[in-house]
Amino acid sequence: MGIKSKDLLSINDISIAEIDEIMQNARSMKQIIQRDIKKVPTLRGKSVINLFYENSTRTRTSFELAGKYMGADVVNISASSSSVKKGESMRDTARTLDNMAADVIVMRHHESGSHKILAESVNARVINAGDGKHEHPTQALLDTFTILEHKKSLQGLKVAIIGDILHSRVARSDVLIFNKLGAEVWFCAPPTLMPSKAAELGAKITYNIEEALTDADVVIMLRIQLERQDSGFFPSIREYTNFFGLNTRNIKLAKEDCIIMHPGPMNRGIEISYEAAELPNAVISEQVNNGVAVRMALLYIMGGGRPSETV
Amino acid sequence: MKLFKNARVIDPVQQIDQVMDIRVNGNQIFETGENLIPNSQEEIIDLAGKILTTGFVDLHVHLREPGEEYKEDVESGARAAAAGGFTGICPMPNTKPVCDNDTITEMLVIKGQRTGLVNVYPVGAITKNQDGKELAEIGMMKKRGARALSDDGRDVMNSLVMRRALDYAKAFQMPVFAHCEDTALAGHGSMNEGYYSSKLGLGGIPKEAENIMVMRNIMLAGLTKGHMHISHMTTKEGLELIRQAKKDGHIVTCEVTPHHFSLTEAAVESYDTNYKVNPPLRTQGDIEALIQGMAEGIVDVIATDHAPHDLEDKDKDFSNAAFGISGLETATALTMDILYHKHNISLLRIAEMLSSKPREILGLPEQKIAPGNIADFTIIDPELSKKADKGKFYSKGKNTPFHGVTLKGWPVMTVFAGKIVMKDGEVIEQQ
Repeated sequence: MGIKSKDLLSINDISIAEIDEIMQNARSMKQIIQRDIKKVPTLRGKSVINLFYENSTRTRTSFELAGKYMGADVVNISASSSSVKKGESMRDTARTLDNMAADVIVMRHHESGSHKILAESVNARVINAGDGKHEHPTQALLDTFTILEHKKSLQGLKVAIIGDILHSRVARSDVLIFNKLGAEVWFCAPPTLMPSKAAELGAKITYNIEEALTDADVVIMLRIQLERQDSGFFPSIREYTNFFGLNTRNIKLAKEDCIIMHPGPMNRGIEISYEAAELPNAVISEQVNNGVAVRMALLYIMGGGRPSETV
Repeated sequence: MKLFKNARVIDPVQQIDQVMDIRVNGNQIFETGENLIPNSQEEIIDLAGKILTTGFVDLHVHLREPGEEYKEDVESGARAAAAGGFTGICPMPNTKPVCDNDTITEMLVIKGQRTGLVNVYPVGAITKNQDGKELAEIGMMKKRGARALSDDGRDVMNSLVMRRALDYAKAFQMPVFAHCEDTALAGHGSMNEGYYSSKLGLGGIPKEAENIMVMRNIMLAGLTKGHMHISHMTTKEGLELIRQAKKDGHIVTCEVTPHHFSLTEAAVESYDTNYKVNPPLRTQGDIEALIQGMAEGIVDVIATDHAPHDLEDKDKDFSNAAFGISGLETATALTMDILYHKHNISLLRIAEMLSSKPREILGLPEQKIAPGNIADFTIIDPELSKKADKGKFYSKGKNTPFHGVTLKGWPVMTVFAGKIVMKDGEVIEQQ
């Protein structure tokens, strides 16, 4: 078993069986992080490098702790304090890290597709922790894990992803994994924040939040970046909240056992009302917890050895 | 109850053109049929020889409120509408302040309701303060009664902003009305560029200033699949672009004003500022193309671009006078005189352009001459010939080039929500 692909750059790099394996492992990992002493020696002697070209608290910490709980040596590099700032190309940075015998490189980059350059240049296995507006596969895996803790399977579920789809790497990874697992995915956004051929990505499209919410099993709210208003994507925050925000009134359109998710960080009072984020079926903090477990599982599966050995 | 008898009923939705009687109860049509028997309590209105259509809706008026009430306000504009045979009007947002928010939108709707003469369907601004930069609160305005969007008076010159507007408006099923004018190319012109502008020494506005933006706006409609409505179209080339856009399946509609199908640039020779209008009066060839387009159905709507001004704004040299014609009270007569009598355009087509199509563009429910429908009627005497008289205008704007011109075919009664609000040119106050 294991993951055949050297790198995890996209949800398309993994099969349904591999997703299942990650889920199973993540369940064991979740038990580990609930222990008092969380450290296991599984990845002792392995090195994980977190290469972050874009600021991140949640994802970087999640990967860092995941690596440390597994016993790996974890090094964090952030673009603001590294040779990147001195003008080194990504290919050269990659080779440098590779020559230091990194086993896994976790990278976040603000440009879509930049991981391809990294992955081609290194022997280490590369995990995409978010590339531009393209993909964020580990978020999709932790979203899937979280849903599966509440639902038997994704088969036939209505999953509504609501917010700034245009700029969202989460939405692009989520739609791939949820479709693979048999869910019906809906995208809801103002038309200005919807990719022009969104339907061809495999989602049903609506500009009406009520239509998106009606009979939904899972609702995923996306962060609206406040600077998008300045770039003219929508008229005002109050109008956005009025027509595309989740609140305790419109959530009633969803199924009673619907779960509410958000990849964070939330803008309470904008895309999600304070009260809606606190509803009993909001599982936003579970997502954070599951993020560590899913990343431990991935590092275990991908850090355990070279792909040829794991197959 | 009221019984309207013997009218030639024109219903463009059901494609009815036949003589019949209509019984109205309250604000609704109760029944229709031939030779309905009058009962003792009801008012009988004999309309033999008259045409009765579903109420006319004008997609393009300037009510000047708030801010320039000395030119017009909702009340005076509503009276002018009733006098002209209109039961619905769409005020443009270029007021002071601009109607770019839900508060002004709601105020216009409420003031309209208070007149009891006409429905007011506000057109909200596309961009804040019509600056062409940031989208206005389109959803909030829709919630308070705005039915369409426009930055009328100017075009949105930034194509990205226009693209976003067409995209964004889809979420609220609203059409974007475009005043097609490349502002740099139009410059400070005051009439059509051509022989007459050359001869008269007046700044010319080339028709390309309009055509270029018609073309761009059509392309953006294609890109976004949004609804683009071209306001006050005046050129032959624009018409051909729209014909092609429709063939290509884009959601593009357009309107033509009565003054653009009845007057040419030659009129400016008088230096009479009542002929100063934007877009400017064009040529005979354009008029012929527009009328042909109306006959064929390429032109969707007749709208007045009612632009009232006080004397002060017009009593200037041609270059410095304000643009605009006070049009609500002559539109129906010009349509009947020129399109019906002189060019044999059918009454069904005319009613389509003045009633059913504008309603469709605004997303209003269909109105039919059938039981259960709201009783909004425009009643026309097709044979009545009289001179247009600005002295009798209800509009505060007396700026018309048609004063003293004899026209054949006038509105003689307007019925709004079952009430007779105009009879023989006299508005009957409802407040």
